[in-house]
Amino acid sequence: MRRVAVTGVGVISALGLNQEGFREALQSGRCGIGPMECAEANDLRFKNAAEVHGYDPEAKFSAEDLVFLDRFVQFALLAAEEAITQAGVEWTQQLREEAAVVTGSCMGGRSAEEAGYRELFQHGKNRVHPMTIPRGMSNAGASHISMKYGIQGPAYTVSTACSSSAHAIGQAFWLVRSGAVPMAITGGSEAPLFFGGLKAWEAMRVISKDTCRPFSANRSGMILGEGGAMLVLEPLEAALARGARPMAEIVGFGMSADAGHITQPSSEGAARAIRSALRDAGLAPEQVGYINAHGTATEMNDRTETASIRCAFGEHAERLAVSSTKSMHGHTLGAAGALEAVATVLALRDGVLPPTANFTTADPACDLDVIPNVARELSVEAALSNSFAFGGLNAVLAFRSSARA
Amino acid sequence: MSETIQERIFRVISTSARIPLTAVAPERTFDELGIDSLDRLNILFDLESEFAIEIDDNEARKATHIRDIVSGIQQLVGAAGTPAPGR
Repeated sequence: MRRVAVTGVGVISALGLNQEGFREALQSGRCGIGPMECAEANDLRFKNAAEVHGYDPEAKFSAEDLVFLDRFVQFALLAAEEAITQAGVEWTQQLREEAAVVTGSCMGGRSAEEAGYRELFQHGKNRVHPMTIPRGMSNAGASHISMKYGIQGPAYTVSTACSSSAHAIGQAFWLVRSGAVPMAITGGSEAPLFFGGLKAWEAMRVISKDTCRPFSANRSGMILGEGGAMLVLEPLEAALARGARPMAEIVGFGMSADAGHITQPSSEGAARAIRSALRDAGLAPEQVGYINAHGTATEMNDRTETASIRCAFGEHAERLAVSSTKSMHGHTLGAAGALEAVATVLALRDGVLPPTANFTTADPACDLDVIPNVARELSVEAALSNSFAFGGLNAVLAFRSSARA
Repeated sequence: MSETIQERIFRVISTSARIPLTAVAPERTFDELGIDSLDRLNILFDLESEFAIEIDDNEARKATHIRDIVSGIQQLVGAAGTPAPGR
């Protein structure tokens, strides 16, 4: 089994168009949540989201390419480009033939489908755009990354709601660790801010009309976000040999299913995924200093997640720092695991733990150290990123600081 | 005789949550009736259709007993006049 390094990351989110914007915002506790620029915002019961601002698709892609690229695919491509550039990947014919692309997305290109259905149902047309299917398919992100770089090894997409990209990254990690592939581009992207999708979330009654306040007693639900994040994973030895600079190591992956309720999470199920990630990583609970929580800011998640962390870590939970960066970049659904994996990698690399922003009042049922509002300078040995999806599908990733390797 | 608002609410809850109409009473809690968070979503959705109203998420979250729903709906319907059922 090989050790696996993260040698590059890319992010586009409400916190900025690149990794640097993301890092700066997380470390200064800046929140990217604000009024949506959705054309039909007046017909929605909530007005705020974590939208990507200052992004001009035409500046990044040719008109010819954009015909094929739904917004979630654009995010996937931009994040992959930044990650691959940072990693300084030296493409050889063999690497292209063997490398993997594993992405996650929950909603995929449903906004492309919505545009087609509007033509049918609203505008009385009897046909939809011929690119509706290729734009809409959830694997379009993985496909376009593979096409752009000529990556011909295993390529696929995982869709497990809010755990999608954590499951994707975990599987990519296992592919690299086992020696099945020499490199993986992995992460996820999501563009869920289209009218029909927003209406569906409205009906779930879990979206805040205010902002995202995870673990805070006066929280009022989640805030949807859009964006994408990708990581380059490769064997640590190979990375060092070619002079790449590892940002952190990815060391463990745990999965579980609640086998309970379609929307209510179970602390037992989540705790089993945490324990499984620690076991896979060969980490003792005491080695973990930080958890990037799923932390959606629904009462159901925050209380259950707190209980699951206490259950998995026992006494050590008292000494853990736990934050939800969704308080800043929103809940990006199928991209959440990827954005938060990057946040975790940056926390390990820089020795700065991102805060839980918008925190006001403690909730006795969420009594962990949630790093309220202000980032903390603290170097930790290992960190986890939690993702718990509707449907009871849990994925937890474990990372270790390269500084102490 | 036409249904009262309370009777209409009880009928919607009974139908939506698939529980006997006789089990639905003001003093009962959702938990006692085995109504979980998804059943609540369906009930709220059906009540909004029945009375052509919009029920606020935060207000809905506070309701623990059937009577909380009845008083909340009575206020909303009072504020909106008396719309036809199923509008």
